[in-house]
Amino acid sequence: MTQQSSVLYDVPGPRQRRITLFSSVAALIGLLVGAYFLIYRPLDETGQLSMELWGPLIDPGNENFALVWERLGVGIKNTLIAAALAIVTSLVVGTLLAVLRIQLKGLAQRRYAGFAAPLAYLLRGLNRTLSIVTRFCVEVFRGLPVVITIFFVARGFPEFGITFDNLWYLVIGLTIYNSVVIAEILRSGMQGLAGGQAEAAAAIGLAPLQTTRMILLPQAFRIMLPALISQLVVVLKDTSLGFIISYEETLNIGKQIIGVLDNPIQVYTVLAVLFIAVNYSLSKLAQAVQNRLSRGRRTANTPAPQLPPAALTSQAEGAGGT
Amino acid sequence: MSVLIDKFDVFASGFWLTLQICFLAAIGALILGSVVAVLRISPVPPLRAVGTAYVNIFRNLPLTIVMFFAAFGLPALGSNADFLRIPGLDIVFSRLGTDLPYFRFGLIALTLYTAAFVCEALRSGVNAVPAGQAEAARSLGLTFTQNLRYVVLPQSWAASVVPLGSVIIAMIKNSALIGFFGVVGDLSATADQLTSAGGEPFIPVAIGISIGYLIMTVPLGMLLDRIEQRQAVAR
Repeated sequence: MTQQSSVLYDVPGPRQRRITLFSSVAALIGLLVGAYFLIYRPLDETGQLSMELWGPLIDPGNENFALVWERLGVGIKNTLIAAALAIVTSLVVGTLLAVLRIQLKGLAQRRYAGFAAPLAYLLRGLNRTLSIVTRFCVEVFRGLPVVITIFFVARGFPEFGITFDNLWYLVIGLTIYNSVVIAEILRSGMQGLAGGQAEAAAAIGLAPLQTTRMILLPQAFRIMLPALISQLVVVLKDTSLGFIISYEETLNIGKQIIGVLDNPIQVYTVLAVLFIAVNYSLSKLAQAVQNRLSRGRRTANTPAPQLPPAALTSQAEGAGGT
Repeated sequence: MSVLIDKFDVFASGFWLTLQICFLAAIGALILGSVVAVLRISPVPPLRAVGTAYVNIFRNLPLTIVMFFAAFGLPALGSNADFLRIPGLDIVFSRLGTDLPYFRFGLIALTLYTAAFVCEALRSGVNAVPAGQAEAARSLGLTFTQNLRYVVLPQSWAASVVPLGSVIIAMIKNSALIGFFGVVGDLSATADQLTSAGGEPFIPVAIGISIGYLIMTVPLGMLLDRIEQRQAVAR
């Protein structure tokens, strides 16, 4: 007995299964014929399938094979370096930003009654300014395209006489955008926790910062792990934007290879396969983590886990940038 | 700062072009995404496989690669994407009819890429409808199509709005990439052109371009937040 996969329809019976089988074989044949005439023939006529173009990528005997893959290896290494740096920095900055915003929100109610009046007003003013500034930064950098952020960083920093490697422009650009997104993910995770958590922490005498650090943050990380992992996939995909500031990541190397060998379709196909393989396994990992989390919760006989709100996860996936 | 006023028409036309791209790509992606979503939940296994493959491929590719494919692959197939020169539409969206095909290629790439995310947003809405609803519909003898049309889709709509909105916001942001792919005159291309070729001071241009994008993304985001809050209360 196969498991019922969907509640939308009954499991098809033998007759329906036969019809499905026949019609899909027919459709497959139709598709193949269509693909032959519309894709294979034009490609073959323009010589896109010739070994001359594919050889350097897939034939180890080809004279260029070793060189091409060595260059691609450099590109992949650079992509991974940029992605790893961007992920680490945006996780760190994002966490700090989330903690800061939660703290500021908590402090907003405080009247500083024990201080002299001018000092109290100063502190409250400072508090208010900081929370407006952080809110502004979050809204602005979340609303700007990553490409534009990276472009601005690469163009803008030299204006002020600050120059880095291209790698760092890319990492800074990615960090600005992704840390803001991660901060929002974590913040909504912390706010989504049951109020009793923070109250209990206050009751046993933890300071606000301790509460956030020891009680809220770990739980938020746990709940938001799937959303965080999909954001990491986004970072990996976004490193490909390095080509606009001529950072030597995979796509840029691909472009250089194309410049020499003149085989764009072939190179991009290979790169596409690489990206899909890596990102697909990362998304599977995110799914596995999510399953694991919800299972772990349920067996512990606690209320069903609070999954991240649909908007956030899809934003993390959709923000996806490029 | 004077560049903001002197070159206001440049910024405005860039904004208008970006808006056109987003509008067209949003419509295309919504249509294509709904088709893929239906494929993904359909009772026929091969169709489901096609839908799943589509989503997995396009969701895991960087948009950059999709754009390169559109720009190199379509000409190799002998197509200039002329089918997008729809009579009537190209009066309003003048770039659809130009001889340089890059606007159309960018549009196709953005649509294909976004459709995968639209599909997932719609599907998450369908999954959010309580299983009992569809089961009840089935026990009344409704077919798959009737089930979707009269019971599931009307209810899934509410749960899909917010994810769909974030997909559209992401798409607006992704449209910036088009400017780096040979489409002249949209907001991001304007940024490049004004600062490097035009020799304008950087900061005012950056502010102008940022405002252009923020006008589109921030209000939409706030609207979504409000919808989400209202839904949270309603439940």
